Amino acid sequence: MSQYWLNIFAVAAGSALGGVLRYWVSTAVQHQAEKWRAWRGFPWGTLVVNVTGAILAGLLIGLSVRLAAWSAELQLLLLIGFCGSYTTVSSFALQTLALGRSGNWLGVAANLLGSLLLCLLGVYLGRTLAGVWL
Amino acid sequence: MTLALWIALGSALGGSARFMLADLSMRMGPQAFPWDTLAVNTLGSLLIGVVAALSATGGRFVVSSRWRQFWMTGVCGGFTTFSIFSVQSLALLQTNLWLGLLNLLATATLCLLAVWVGWHWGSRLDRTTTEVNG
Repeated sequence: MSQYWLNIFAVAAGSALGGVLRYWVSTAVQHQAEKWRAWRGFPWGTLVVNVTGAILAGLLIGLSVRLAAWSAELQLLLLIGFCGSYTTVSSFALQTLALGRSGNWLGVAANLLGSLLLCLLGVYLGRTLAGVWL
Repeated sequence: MTLALWIALGSALGGSARFMLADLSMRMGPQAFPWDTLAVNTLGSLLIGVVAALSATGGRFVVSSRWRQFWMTGVCGGFTTFSIFSVQSLALLQTNLWLGLLNLLATATLCLLAVWVGWHWGSRLDRTTTEVNG
């Protein structure tokens, strides 16, 4: 098997795991949020997977030199595959559109700005944590 | 359980396609701007809009929830990525503030526009089919 296909296999394996975990975590968080009646209709589940995925991606970036020296394929599996697939822009965009269609403009602004800010902060936090560990 | 397997398969396909595009862009030389991530996130948002509108309840296309989840949660979710977008944005913000801000603004604008356009295409196709068949 050529290196190219080995890389794709690593990404596909990580993506499969990340995608299923995203489905489970976002569904569970959304279910809990509806139970608590926390701002009905707000996509809490997607926000939580995107922010936690950003923290993990920051950690992996912070550890990337060490990780790449150990196994470049493992790095692809974890960062590009798992983290990449665990987080999503498509569902985020669709849910933001749904908030707009229901006239919840405050929700649109909160989801858009909240997701961008929290995910950037998440990457920063992850990278800082990795720096402390190294 | 089978639903999770369909989501895993869709995510593996979506994540692999995202990697192939990123790999292709890397072969064209070092990029100052993460075009590849912007492209996958915009395309994935367009696709989820089309699929969501086509498979909406009450529409002409009656599809199983498994088919819907395969495309939306699996393929689109795995293809698009919020975490890698966040990693690249933070890195850009720290090296070139304006390019970083441009990435945030372009991603938010294009993805929301794409999901809206996709939703309209899907809805129109849904209606056209209704007229033809009904």
